[in-house]
This record gives sequence, C-alpha cells and structure tokens, in this order.
Amino acid sequence: MAGHDHTDPPSDIALRVKALESLLLEKGLVEAETLDAIVELYEHNIGPKNGAQVVARAWIDPEYKARLLADPTSAIAELGFSGVQGEDMVVVENTPEVHNLLVCTLCSCYPWPVLGLPPVWYKAAPYRARAVSEPRSVLEEFGVDIGDDVEVRVWDSTAEVRYMVLPERPDGTEDLSEEELAALVTRDSMIGTARAGQE
Amino acid sequence: MNGIHDLGGMHGLGPVDPETQEPVFHDQWERRMFALLMSTFAGGIYNVDEFRHAIERMAPAEYLTTSYYEHWLHSLERVMMEKGQFDRAELEAAWANVAEAT
Repeated sequence: MAGHDHTDPPSDIALRVKALESLLLEKGLVEAETLDAIVELYEHNIGPKNGAQVVARAWIDPEYKARLLADPTSAIAELGFSGVQGEDMVVVENTPEVHNLLVCTLCSCYPWPVLGLPPVWYKAAPYRARAVSEPRSVLEEFGVDIGDDVEVRVWDSTAEVRYMVLPERPDGTEDLSEEELAALVTRDSMIGTARAGQE
Repeated sequence: MNGIHDLGGMHGLGPVDPETQEPVFHDQWERRMFALLMSTFAGGIYNVDEFRHAIERMAPAEYLTTSYYEHWLHSLERVMMEKGQFDRAELEAAWANVAEAT
C-alpha cells in the first residue's frame, strides 16, 4: 500500500453512517426499501404498548397469567407478539415480597417484541454498572420506594434469554377495563424501574 | 472476555440519567444505522456474537465516550471487512465521497 493516502473517517458521525450505507447499497448487501420498512416497524409498531397488553391480560385472566409465567414466549405470542430479541422470554412477577429489576450489564439485551428498543439510560454505562451492585439506590433515584423487608432480584439479560417484569396491579383498579389497565403499564414498570400506575 | 463492556459493579460512572418522553431514535443517522445493522444481520453474513464481539474489541476509552449506535457503526464496519464484504480501501473511498459531497 505504498503511496496510499490514508483517509480518516468523517468526524461527523452522520456522514460516516451515510458512507457505510452507500457502500452497502452499492454492494447489493442492503436495499433502500427494506431499510425504510425496518425503521417504520421499530419506530411506530413495536414498543411498550405491546407489553402493556400482556400485563393487563395477566391481571384480569388468572389462567393467562399462569401460562405467561410457565411458558412466557408462547403466552406472549398468543397476543401476537414474537420475533427477534424475544425468542426465549422469561417473565418475573413482582409481589409485595419481591421486586424484580432488569439490566444487561454487558450491553443492551432487552425484550424487543414486548418493549421495543431500549432507552438510552438502559444501554448506558451508569445503569449497567450500578443496577447489579446497588439496585436499591438506583430504584430510589427512579422514585421507587422499596421497603427493607422486600427482596430485590436483579436479572442480567443475555443474548439468549430476555426478561420482562410483570408489575403488581395497582390498588383500586378493580373496576377498570383491560384497556384502561394497559394504560397504567409503562415501559419502566416492565423493566422494574417504576411501579405500574406510578406518576 | 473481561473487557470494558463488562460494566457490572464498576464504580465512578456517574448517575443514571433517564430522559423524559424519550424518542425511539434521536437522530436520522441512528435510524439508518439501526436499519443497516438489522438488514445485514438478517442476511446472515455474521451472527449476533460476532457483532457483539466486534463492539467488545473497541478501544476502552472510545467505548466509554461514544454512543450506543456509534458502537453499532464501529462493529458493522469491522465485521463486514472481516467477512470480506468490502475492504478498508473501499470504506475509505466511501468516506471520501461523502466528505466531497458536503
């Protein structure tokens, strides 16, 4: 490579991605329409509203809840949610005695079919470092008050197994419809960094 | 592998900083990067472990100071070159092209 001028990557990250896209298009390794469809799917169709439907159903239907805990991947698929990053699901139930919290210390593993793509803080170093060593402090910062008598279980996700928290049904919601219940189920309540119905 | 990505329990990384009403993507380039990765992954050129390993081989300081989708960019460039889909000279030519066009 004598005489070859070394080219540094563009300092603007957007240009560097653009360059990679143009190269992959040129090589026929990606197609523009497919790229657009992928963005559309993950930006608008797959997100925590899916998981909220799963939780609401589990709250009103004890038989569904039993299936959800015994065979989560199949029970979630019953509601139409399946696919990449959710092939092997585990659902962990919050109770008055146990509070569950999800993390991926190594990277960003997360149950995409039910929660969509993870938020930045979930993928960032501070949460990944602290969730396993001081989960109670982290929960406090998120405004979740956990009594000393409540056991905190932290689940470190992997490329193979993805967790989802089944949050506790809030008090006073006996008369709500399934749809109204689903509206109480936030993304964070299914990660464990919030309670369902928490403001 | 005991690399910088193995962050569990590490001290001194600062507070968790959640964003309210966070969008799925923060910038157009993140959308494109996400789609490029998903599309090439579906093509079966590399597997998820190879993709992650390429992130884990980033220089530690760079790993901690770059954003999530920048990790993806580094990994995809690297893994595609390692799989012989294009070489460094072709990638550099693409960089030069976009730089010229702006």
